[in-house]
Amino acid sequence: MAISLDSALGIHQPALEARIKRAEVLANNLANADTPGYKARDIDFSAMMQKAQQELSGLGMEKTHERHMDLGSEGGSMAPDSDLLYRVPHQPSVDGNTVDSQQEQSRFMRNAMEYQASFQFLNGKVTGLKKAISGQ
Amino acid sequence: MSLGSIFDIAGSGMTAQSLRLNTTASNIANAETASSSIDQTYRARKPVFAAIQQSMLNPSQQGLPLASDEGPGAGVRVEGIVESDAELQMRYEPDHPAANEEGYVFYPNVNVVEEMADMMSSSRSFQMNVDIMNSAKSMMQRILTLGQQ
Repeated sequence: MAISLDSALGIHQPALEARIKRAEVLANNLANADTPGYKARDIDFSAMMQKAQQELSGLGMEKTHERHMDLGSEGGSMAPDSDLLYRVPHQPSVDGNTVDSQQEQSRFMRNAMEYQASFQFLNGKVTGLKKAISGQ
Repeated sequence: MSLGSIFDIAGSGMTAQSLRLNTTASNIANAETASSSIDQTYRARKPVFAAIQQSMLNPSQQGLPLASDEGPGAGVRVEGIVESDAELQMRYEPDHPAANEEGYVFYPNVNVVEEMADMMSSSRSFQMNVDIMNSAKSMMQRILTLGQQ
């Protein structure tokens, strides 16, 4: 049985990547907190994880041509990202901006904490592998 | 997609907010700058913000049609600075050295209260971007310790 590093780390690596991507989207929302007409966005995290799980179990689709639709979360920035959704605003401002700074900031902080959790799991996996390799 | 781009995004936000703070400072400093004609009078300046899309950064993709949603975006930019076209204040001050023939001087259309509120808003937004950058930094530092004891 060959040990593949990808499958050894399990779901935690795509989870960490998804957390990073969400952090980027939320940071972008906060940077545009004063941009007129800007619509706040967020990532559908559960859909993203479902996709990652499908890819792990080998049920994902493979791209063999550059024009193929991107079903995964990876790929060019021009690929239609179905995970990236617009937020439903609670109180949009007059200039069309739908960013609620406080909410976005709390989401960002929570995402950072969840990132830390994913990181702990990943670190545990790596430490376990190291232990197995060194035979301790 | 990387943690590094959060630095760019937060950095662009900080640049935009500091420029906004700059225009506010300029407006407040010139709130009492009188002049003798309408054309020469200082007018309140406001920055116009716009979101940066990722396709704008990548020249190879610029010709392509825009997808309805194209990536998470790449921060904020200042599209330009516009001068307020609100009415100037005309005051009767015949003793003023800049008074015109009728004894009137023109004062800028700067609303100091509005500028103060703007100043607080921009400094808060600046702080928020600094917080984001700090979080991204600690996330990045943590990933560097991956696999260490």
